[in-house]
Formats: sequence, C-alpha cells, structure tokens
Amino acid sequence: MNDMQFTDRAVEQKETKIAAKDVNVHYGEAHAIKDVNVEIEDKTVTAFIGPSGCGKSTFLRCLNRMNDTIDVCSVTGNILLDGEDIYDKRVDPVQLRAKVGMVFQKPNPFPKSIYDNVAYGPRIHGLAKSKAELDEIVESALRRGAIWEEVKDRLDKPGTGLSGGQQQRLCIARAVATEPEVLLMDEPCSALDPIATAQVEELIDELRERYSVVIVTHSMQQAARVSQKTAFFHLGTLVEFGHTGQIFTNPEDPRTEAYITGRIG
Amino acid sequence: MSDTSKTSLLALTPRTKARNAAEKRFRAYGIAAIAVGLMMLIVLVTNIIGKGTGAFQQTFVTLNVELLESKLDKKGNRDLDDIKKVTTFGYNPLIRGAMEAKLAEIGIETDMKGKDLEGILSKGAVGQLREYVTTNPDKIGETVEFRFLAQSRVDGYLKGRVTRESIENDKAISVEQLELVDQLVDAGVIVKTFNADFILGADASDQRPEAAGIGVAMLGSLSMMLVVLALALPIGVAASIYLEEFAPKNRLTDIIEVNISNLAAVPSIVFGILGLAVFINYMHLPTSAPLVGGLVLTLMTLPTIIISTRASLKAVPPSIRDAALGVGASKMQSVFHHVLPLAAPGILTGTIIGLAQALGETAPLLLIGMVGFIASNPPETLVDGLLAPNSAMPAQIYEWAKRADPAFYERAWGGIIILLVFLVTMNTLAVILRRRFERRW
Ligand SMILES: Nc1ncnc2c1ncn2[C@@H]1O[C@H](COP(=O)(O)OP(=O)(O)OP(=O)(O)O)[C@@H](O)[C@H]1O
Ligand SMILES: [Mg+2]
Repeated sequence: MNDMQFTDRAVEQKETKIAAKDVNVHYGEAHAIKDVNVEIEDKTVTAFIGPSGCGKSTFLRCLNRMNDTIDVCSVTGNILLDGEDIYDKRVDPVQLRAKVGMVFQKPNPFPKSIYDNVAYGPRIHGLAKSKAELDEIVESALRRGAIWEEVKDRLDKPGTGLSGGQQQRLCIARAVATEPEVLLMDEPCSALDPIATAQVEELIDELRERYSVVIVTHSMQQAARVSQKTAFFHLGTLVEFGHTGQIFTNPEDPRTEAYITGRIG
Repeated sequence: MSDTSKTSLLALTPRTKARNAAEKRFRAYGIAAIAVGLMMLIVLVTNIIGKGTGAFQQTFVTLNVELLESKLDKKGNRDLDDIKKVTTFGYNPLIRGAMEAKLAEIGIETDMKGKDLEGILSKGAVGQLREYVTTNPDKIGETVEFRFLAQSRVDGYLKGRVTRESIENDKAISVEQLELVDQLVDAGVIVKTFNADFILGADASDQRPEAAGIGVAMLGSLSMMLVVLALALPIGVAASIYLEEFAPKNRLTDIIEVNISNLAAVPSIVFGILGLAVFINYMHLPTSAPLVGGLVLTLMTLPTIIISTRASLKAVPPSIRDAALGVGASKMQSVFHHVLPLAAPGILTGTIIGLAQALGETAPLLLIGMVGFIASNPPETLVDGLLAPNSAMPAQIYEWAKRADPAFYERAWGGIIILLVFLVTMNTLAVILRRRFERRW
C-alpha cells in the first residue's frame, strides 16, 4: 500500500515553486503561524483549508509579502521562490508581487474603467510597447478571466459598475494580465453565486497550465474540485499537507478528519 | 405567559405610548432648535443687508468746470511742470465758480458764500480736478463736465442718516447747505447712484468717508490667499500623505499627530504674534506686507488642510491599496495613482474651507500691521501686491468700524456684505465639488 502511493506520487511530482521553511508569523504578541514547512509545486493548484482564524490568509499573504504593509506583523523563517529567499534584504517586494499576483476575498476593482483596471499592471511594469499591444494584453487577460464576452462592449465603463461576480473575474483578469508565475487567491468565490463560482473554478483549472495557483477556501467541495494538493491549517500550524484525494479520503491526522467531516471549524 | 402575549395590536401598550411621546418631544426640541438657528440667521442677514447696502450707493454732484487758463497755466505754455506747481488750493476758485455758474443756470438764488457752496462737495473734489488737469493739460481753457463726490453729510442726508436736527452742533454742514442740497436734488444736479468705487477703490482718510473703498484691501486679501494656497496646499498634502501612508506608527508620529490637532485649536492671535516675532522682527520681512500675512495664515490653515486631507485619505478603502500593491505597484504608485485621486475631492473641499477661514481672519493681521489706512493705490505688479504694505478685507472692516464718523460705519457693513459674498461663494464651491466628485466604490 505504501509502495503504491510512493510510485503514484513520483509520477505526479513536479518542480517546487515555493518552499517555506520554519515560517513563523507574529502579530505583535500573537503567534499566528507556527513553524510551517510546505512545498508548493509549479503548475499545480494548492488549496489551503482550515477553520476561521487558523492563519490561512496570514500565510498566503507571506508568500507575496503583503504582510509588509501591516506594521505589527513580523515574519521569520525562509520562503524560497525558485530557490531565492523572498525575505532577503535585497528583494524589492514590488518586484516580487509582479511575479506573485494576488486576488482578494472581496472584489476590489479600481474605480476606473474596466480597460484601465486590467491595463494598470502591464502599464506600470512596461509590458506593452504600444497601444495595440496593450489592447491585446487586456483582451487576452479578460478572456482568461472568462469575462471578455460580457464586457467587450463597455471597456470604458467603470469596473465598479459590474456585479460582484463580474468584479471578481475582472480582478482575476487584472491579476493574470501582469503574467505572474504564482497566483494567490484568498477565498475568491466567497462573494459569488454558484454559476460565477463554477466559472471561476473552471478558470482556475485553466490557469494551472501556466501558473502555480494557491487558493484559500472554506468550501471542502471547492478544494476537492479544483486542487491537486491540499494543506490543512489548524490554530496556526500546518497539520497535514498532501494530495487532495488522500487528504479527503484518507487523512492521517485525526484533526484533519474531524474538520473535513465537520466536527471542528 | 400566554396572558401577556394576548395583547391587541390595535391598543397601544403604556410602554409604546411613553416611547412615542418621548420621540414626539425630541422632534419638537429639534424643530425648536432649528427655528432658533434660522431666526438668528434671518436677523443677521436682514441686519447686515439693511445696514450695508447703503455703502454701495453714493451721492454725486455733476458740475461743468471751466478750466481757466488764468488760474492753471498763467504762462500759457502748457508746461506740465508749471501746471503741477498749482496746488489743490489753486483749484478751489474753479469749483466755486462752477458751483455758482450751476446755481445761476438753474436759477437758484442763495446768499451763501463760496466756501459754503464748496462745502457740499467732498474735500477730494479739488484733488480729482487737479489729477484730471495734470493728465489732460490740453483741456485747459475748456469747460469740462465732472462728477464729484458729495461730502459725507450730504450723502448721509440723502440716505436719511443725517437730519436737520442731528446737525445742530455739526461744523461740517449747516441747515442752509441742506436747503440748497434739497434744491439741487430737485434740479437733478445731486443724485444718488451705484458706486463702483466702493468695491474697486482704496481706503480714504478720516476726513473723506465718501471716497473710501474696499478694492485695494480685496487685492491684499487675494495676495494673501495666493500665498496660503501656494504654501499650505502642497505642504499640507505632502505632510498628510507621509503621515498617513508612509510614516511608521510609533510614539513619535503619535505625538506629531496630537500636536497637529492641537495646532488647529490654537487661537489665531497666537499665530499673529508668532508671525510678528519670526517673520518681521527676526527675518526682517516688510511690515504690513500681504506676504507676511499670507505666511501667518498659512500656519493657521495648515492644520485644517492636514486634518481634512488625512480624513479623506483614511476614507479611501484599504482594499484599493491592496489591489494596487497586489498587481505589483509600489507604495508610491498606489498612493499617487489610486489613493490620491480618490481623496482629491475631500482634499479640495478641506482646502477651500481652510482658505475661507483664513480669508475672514482679522486678529493676526492686526499684529503684523495690516490694518489702518495703508494703501491709497492698488498694487501694480504681483511682487508689489505681495510686498507693498496693504490691508485685507476683514482688517479694513475692523478699521472702518473703529473710526468715529458714522459714514464709515455704513462702509463697514458694506464691507461685511462683500466678505460674506466671498465666503458663501467659496463654501458653495466646496459643496458643489464634494457633490460632483463624490464616488462610491
Ligand atoms: N492585521 C492583523 N493584526 C493582528 N492580528 C491579526 C491580523 N490579521 C490576522 N490576525 C490574527 O491572525 C490570526 C490568523 O488570521 P487569518 O486572517 O490569517 O485567519 P484565516 O485563516 O484567514 O481566517 P478566515 O478563514 O476567517 O479568513 C487570527 O487569530 C487573527 O486574529
Ligand atoms: Mg482569511
């Protein structure tokens, strides 16, 4: 049995994109993340699950140093992106965030036109040399965000005028427009109806071909549907990390099982 | 339990009754408070308008003056230097003559002497005449029509401020003169009309309230506002952005924050004495200059602008900042591309309100000498406007209210009307901007 799993895993093994070693996060006195070690693979969807307040968002925000904006937050340990420590003194977090994009829980389009929302990232990173090239980037990003058909006739209308689900897909399009290598998504579907959720999930599955995607979700079904790897957090520790199928069908830790079956959380 | 739950919906319980009564009472208090406020406003506005509108009208006397060569240019060579040697005294006979001629023309007989006839006009009339002659020497020898200001008692008489009874002990005018004024009014020689010089002109000496205007003080105020805008807005906005977006939150920034709020509550006279000590005594900037006034008002306005700017920066949802950082914008890009444009309307309104406050400020100006009869001519250049001694609208109003002649009192009220028009315009602009650019996100 053990051997079986081992071969199984060897086949699926992909390159490690992000490696976290002994990561600890403190908010002032509060110890939010405790000794987390995890390896996130390239071209894979990794789901973070766990009860509310267990530190999923906190850990996710470590991966692109969004925690830097919180004064009281301090991170220790190493997080390597392609073998380079992202908390190294020489790393400019701005450059890092261009590689590690983020979609937030609450859709947060800029109060600008739909076009400008998507074009903003490519513009500040100088990804387009001409207007035509920028147009192309915007269109392909909106297509990948599965929202092109709905907005192609109103690109100059404000992004804030879209419905919640449309706004979230716009935010996803905005994130992919900068061609990140990793896409972090913090509960991207919590504000969406089932149809929009399905669209976003389909999108995540497509994104896996090019990126490494990390998604925080409270929905077990969603984690099971979209992810290949799952990490279960509890009270700031990483309890279990492994193949999604294995976590959901045959968890090793009793706490994982309790959470999945709905007994804690 | 089933007993108490069986009350009818149609009958009010004592509790509900008490609650409704309390609400009614509260509404009554509110309406009463608003009524009191409105009443005060109405009293204020009617008072100001009633007392101030007179200042916008002035009494004029129209005369045809023969510019006698024998008096003005004895040599007859039209040499400007020679003409300028004739002082205003030399012009008195011309005015006297013009007055007599006018009386003869319309057939009024009077045994008043020339000096009393002249007394109907403002003391500035001779100056006005001389000014005209020295700029148009070629008109000497001709008869020219002039519109002279009537002296302030005559003006007051036409406006009802001066009566025959009130001038019993007044040396400046006599009952006979008023009789003559009545006749001249009937003949259309003396008329009361709109007086643009009040809005555009300069202050005048104690003796000639009829000639005083607020225009130059207005320019003084305007110059100060330019200084305030040019300094307080960039400094205030830069300070707020730094404090709100970049500064670490620690003891030091807390202290700075508390002190900025305290600064907003410091009485303006303190800023005035500070300006006197620092800008004039220490830095030796010119006294009474709008530049100094502007610097002092900048100190006063800064906290207002900083507080309102920080409030509007705070009002921008953090999710916008996250969004910008999330696509790899730098802190500075996120602030300047996203946060600042969203905060701009709030910053603008705060700035306008700060400017309006500064515009109405008097106390600090008294200390740096921007009060009194200072400038008799409008400044010609911008530098002049900033450095030449000048007054400001509220200081000018204060100055007029302080003078003894009731004719100045009327002008003080008139000045208040103009000041209020400015303030109301600015505040309306602020409201419009806020409405216009208010966004939802
Ligand atoms: N800005 C902050 N300042 C202080 N403590 C924080 C901050 N953000 C989060 N925390 C604390 O860190 C812990 C982890 O929070 P986190 O937001 O990561 O939880 P989460 O797993 O994402 O929860 P949820 O599923 O509800 O989003 C919590 O105890 C929380 O109170
Ligand atoms: Mg969270």
